[in-house]
Amino acid sequence: MLRFVVRRLLQLIPILLGLSVLLFAWLRALPGGPAQAALGERATPEAIARYNELFGLDQPLYVQYLRFLGRAVQLDFGNSARTGRPVTEEFLERMPGTIELTLFAMVFAIGVGIPLGYLAARRHGSWLDSTSVVGSLLGVATPVFFLAYLLRLLFAVELGWLPGSGRQEVRIDATRITNFYVLDGLLTREWDAAWDAFLHLVLPGIALGTIPLAIIVRITRASVLDVVNEDYVRTANAKGLATATVRRRHVIRNALLPVSTTIGLQTGLLLSGAVLTETVFAFGGVGSAIFDAIFARDFAVLQGFILMLAVVYVLVNLLVDISYGLLDPRVRVR
Amino acid sequence: MSAVGDVRRRRIDELAARAGQVPEGEGGVSLTRSAFRRLRRNPVAILGAVIVVVFLVVAAFAPLLAPRDPLAQTLLSEIRPGFIPGSQPGFPLGVDELGRDLLSRLIVGSRQSLLIGVVSTLLGVVVGMALGVLAGAFGGWVDTVVMRFVDIILSIPSLLMAISISVLLGQNQWSLMIAIAVTQVPVFARLLRGSMLAQRGSDYVLAAQALGIRRRRIVFGHVLPNSLSPVIVQATLSLATAIIEAAALSFLGLGDPDLARPEWGAMLSNAQDFLSVRPELAIYPAVCIIVVALGFTLLGEALREALDPKFRR
Repeated sequence: MLRFVVRRLLQLIPILLGLSVLLFAWLRALPGGPAQAALGERATPEAIARYNELFGLDQPLYVQYLRFLGRAVQLDFGNSARTGRPVTEEFLERMPGTIELTLFAMVFAIGVGIPLGYLAARRHGSWLDSTSVVGSLLGVATPVFFLAYLLRLLFAVELGWLPGSGRQEVRIDATRITNFYVLDGLLTREWDAAWDAFLHLVLPGIALGTIPLAIIVRITRASVLDVVNEDYVRTANAKGLATATVRRRHVIRNALLPVSTTIGLQTGLLLSGAVLTETVFAFGGVGSAIFDAIFARDFAVLQGFILMLAVVYVLVNLLVDISYGLLDPRVRVR
Repeated sequence: MSAVGDVRRRRIDELAARAGQVPEGEGGVSLTRSAFRRLRRNPVAILGAVIVVVFLVVAAFAPLLAPRDPLAQTLLSEIRPGFIPGSQPGFPLGVDELGRDLLSRLIVGSRQSLLIGVVSTLLGVVVGMALGVLAGAFGGWVDTVVMRFVDIILSIPSLLMAISISVLLGQNQWSLMIAIAVTQVPVFARLLRGSMLAQRGSDYVLAAQALGIRRRRIVFGHVLPNSLSPVIVQATLSLATAIIEAAALSFLGLGDPDLARPEWGAMLSNAQDFLSVRPELAIYPAVCIIVVALGFTLLGEALREALDPKFRR
C-alpha cells in the first residue's frame, strides 16, 4: 500500500511541472505581456521597460521560467494588482470559506443523494423512482448560477428565511482563528457566530451541491439496480440470509464502489461551480475572488489562484485514488 | 498511468473498451442498424430527438419565425425603474429592460446558443480525436507524450480552464467557443485512444495485418470506424455541457460582447439585475437552456444504451 501511495506521489511531479509551464506560458502570452498586465493598459514604454528589468523579464525565457518555478515552489505568485497584497496570502485567507462551502455541498449531495438513489432503485418503477430520474436529469441541465439566483430570490429575498450573501452577519464580532468561520465559532464557543456562519452556507451550499446530487442519485440508482441482479446476491438470498443483511453487506457495500468513484470526480465540478455560486452569494471565498480578478484583469491573482486550485484538485484526486485502492484491493495490483 | 484523476480516466477507458463489441445474438445485423432499431423503440430517445430537432428547426428558420426585430426597442415609454411590461398584444412574452421583444430574442438567440454548442463540441471532437488517433495508432512515446499533455489539461477544473483561455484570447464569440472546446479535448482524446487500443488486439485487425494491409488503412478503414460509438455518445452529451458552460462564461463576463447577436446565456446573465422586477426575463432563457440541454442529454443517454452492448439484455 505504501509503495502504491509513493508511486502515485511521484507521478504527480510531471503533472505539476506541466501545469507550471502552461500557466507560465499563459501569462507570457497575454496581450501586452506580464508588464502591461501588472501596470495596466496606460503604462508608458519606460515604465514597462523598468518593470521588465526589475522582474527579470528581459532575461531569456528559460531563465524566466526557472525563476517563476522557483518562486512558485515557495508559493510566491507576486501581488494582486487590485489590492496590492500577496496572492498567496489572499488565497489562504479565502480558501477556508470555499472548503467549508464545498464540504457542505458534498455532505448535502451525499446525504440526500445516496438514500434517494437507493430508495429509487428499491422501488424501481414507482413514482419516487421516476421523479428522482427526472429530477436528476433536470439537475444536471440547470445552469448553477441560475439555480443560485432562484434560491436566493426565493428563500433570502422574498421569504427572508436564510441569509443571501456573505459568510457571516457583519454585526457579529467573531474571533478568527482558522478562518473557517463555523469551526472558529465552535472553537471559541461563540455558538451564535458558528450557527450564523452555518446558516450562510445553506443556500450557496445547496445550489453548489445540486449537480453532484443529481449525479450521485443517478449513479447510486443504476449501481444498486446492477448489483441486485448479481449472482452473489441471489446466492446470499438463497442461503437464507436475512433481507436486511443481504442489503447491508452485499447490495449496499458493492453498490457504493462506483458511487465513491463519482464522489471524487465531483471535486472539479465543485471548484468550478464555486466560482459561480460564490459570485451570486457574494460569499467571499476563492470563487468570488476569481470573479473579481476576471473583471479587474488581475492576472497575478488569476494565475496564482488557478495554479493553486489545480494543485488542490490534483491532490484531492490523489486522495480519491488512494482511498479507492483501500476500498478495492484489485486497483493496487495494476 | 499517472495519478491525476486516475479514476476519472478509468471510467472513460471502461467506456472506450466496450466500443464495437457486437451484442450477443445479434450477429449478422450491422451494429449501426441494430442500434438505430433499438433507438426507435426507446421513448426517451424519441423525446430527446424531438426536442433537439424542434430547437434546430427554430434556430434554422429563426428570422422567419421571430414575430419582431429582436433588436428593435419598443414600448420604451412604459418602462420605468422597477417596472418592465409583461405579456400583451403583439408581445406574447413581454419585452426586456430595453424594450426588445422577448419572444423574438429567444427565437433568434437559439441560433447563437446552438451554434456555440455545436461549433465548440465539433472543435473539441476534431482536436481530441486527432490526438486520440495519434496516441492510439502509434503507441510508444507518441502515446506517452500525447497522454501526458492530456493529463495536464485534465488536471485543471474545466471552468477554470475555460476562464484562462477566454481571458487569454480576448472577448469574442470565437474565444468563447475555443475555450469550451479546449475543456472537451482531453475527454475525446482519451476516449478514442482507449477505444482504439481495445480494438488493437481484435481478430479482424489481426486478419487485416495478416493480409498485409497497410497500417494507415487498418487504422482509418477498420479501427477508427469501430471505435467511434463512445465518441458519438460523448459528443451528444457534450453538446449539453457546452451550452451550459457558455451560459456560465457569459455570466462571468466572458461571453460574446456583440449585442447584435442575442444569446440565451447573455440574456440570462443580463436578466439577473431585474430578477425581482420581472423574473421571467431570466426564467425563459433559462428554460430554453435547460430544455435543450435535457434534449441532448436524453438523446445521448439513449444512444449510449443503444450502442453499448452492456445494456443489451
